[in-house]
Amino acid sequence: MTVSVCIGSACHLRGSYDIKLIFQELIAKYSLEDKVTLEVAFCLGHCKDGVTIKIDDEIVTGLNKDNAEKIFDEKVLNSIKDKNAVQ
Amino acid sequence: MQKGVIEMPLFDTSVQELKYRVLREVAKLSFEDKLDNKSIMGIAEKIMPGPEPTMRCCIYKERAIINERIKLVMGGDEANPNVIEVLRIACDECPVDGIKVSEACRGCIAHRCMNTCPKGAIEIKNQHAVIDKSKCIECGRCLNACPYGAIVKNIRPCEKACKAGAISMGEDKKACIDNEKCISCGACVYQCPFGAIQDKSYIIEAINLLKKSENNTKFKVYAITAPSMASQYGDIKIEKIVSGIKSLGFHSVVEAALGADMTAFLEAQELADKKFLTSSCCPAFVSYIHKNFPEMVQHISHNLSPMAEISKYIKKNDPTAKIVFIGPCIAKKEEQKLDGVKEYVDIVITFEEMQALFDAKEIDLKALDDTYLDNASYYGRVFARTGGLAVAVEQALKESGITSEMFEFKPVSCNGISECKTALLKASKKALAENFIEGMACENGCIGGAACLSHGPKDKTQVDAYGREAKEKTITDAISVLNFK
Repeated sequence: MTVSVCIGSACHLRGSYDIKLIFQELIAKYSLEDKVTLEVAFCLGHCKDGVTIKIDDEIVTGLNKDNAEKIFDEKVLNSIKDKNAVQ
Repeated sequence: MQKGVIEMPLFDTSVQELKYRVLREVAKLSFEDKLDNKSIMGIAEKIMPGPEPTMRCCIYKERAIINERIKLVMGGDEANPNVIEVLRIACDECPVDGIKVSEACRGCIAHRCMNTCPKGAIEIKNQHAVIDKSKCIECGRCLNACPYGAIVKNIRPCEKACKAGAISMGEDKKACIDNEKCISCGACVYQCPFGAIQDKSYIIEAINLLKKSENNTKFKVYAITAPSMASQYGDIKIEKIVSGIKSLGFHSVVEAALGADMTAFLEAQELADKKFLTSSCCPAFVSYIHKNFPEMVQHISHNLSPMAEISKYIKKNDPTAKIVFIGPCIAKKEEQKLDGVKEYVDIVITFEEMQALFDAKEIDLKALDDTYLDNASYYGRVFARTGGLAVAVEQALKESGITSEMFEFKPVSCNGISECKTALLKASKKALAENFIEGMACENGCIGGAACLSHGPKDKTQVDAYGREAKEKTITDAISVLNFK
């Protein structure tokens, strides 16, 4: 799974660096380094929608420090668990 | 226009404006897919409608010169590797008298001019100093010796501007560029009062790239903008310019200053390791070392320039990305052709050319919404002016925990090629007290770049203020998110 955090200027000014750090820590916490690649992107085209990330092909907008962990749980952790369950 | 408000002219000189008008007309045709011979032939008449000439002997010569400018806008002479060319018919063959005695000579009795001349070239005839041209070596001592300042030296503006000594007068009296010496800084382009020297343009390639991207669906086109953009437009905010660039069809705008943060960080490591370096950000300075101080080449920083560093990073994250650098610099067009840079940077255009693209598409910057541009730190942004690079490297050393006990940073910031030459001469003889040469080919740094729209005394203040507006306050803050190392 690839997660791209937008660090284009609009997202940066709304705190995308913090979001990337939070995701980095969560990936380390759950030891997902070999399952999740964390990248950055210069503008995902959602400049007015708050900090934006892309999880594989899915765009998620409006991230902030408060909801970042919840979104990580829902979108990253659960989907990895689902994949593992299928296997 | 509001009553009583004086609209600032966009350019310093009408030579720049003339070049811009040609760029704009070509860009307009290119955007409209009408770049055929018939339309191109119409440009000269559109710009020089006549019937009376406005600046040359006749309307036909004026139009012929416009046609020469069009050739350069379309990429120029492919057989000439230099991005700068002389427009031979535009060269006015300025008279060059060298050193001569003017009417201000009072026929004084001290004869300091005569006494100081090392070649005995000055005589006093009929109470007037006379120079024997066959003996004069143009050393200039008499100029300084005369208490009336009556002895003057006439040099062609192009030759005077060229601190690399690459311009001379050809046998036909036209200006002639020696490509072996030229560092493509563009000083002559800006200084020639007849606009007879011009840089090749790649705006058509840029427009084609934008078209081929089909609104960034086939691939994304990124614009990298130089931090000297802060001093380009007096009353138009950077946020409007960024919106303007996006209106041209770019996917996203990224600060070259973020690349400068990366470069400063890497430069600090290399410097602490090697104990002596010359900077590698200014392509004209790097070229000057290669051409004049080959023994110093080993000391040039091995880091990419900010332009190339950030482009490399973008392409790592988006491998199909195409990148257009927009800046004040003509030498960047030369840098883009180098191995190790051309893989990352696809096209280089200048602020003059950007303005032509805006107006070709009739983009009214003031009417646009704001688009924010903020990734770099203060330190990355002040690279745009002389001294900024040294400040940034000092900060990077500090942030990397390299203390003055471990390595004592002693920079010399060279403002313009003449100062670069002095520092390099000393360094090549191991007589330089400093251990880091920041070389800026243009006076004042990039804000003095040859392809800036305007040059003014407030440019440095504007760049420093722009630096302070950055959200990230340290280099580490700006680059930690990137994991680029």
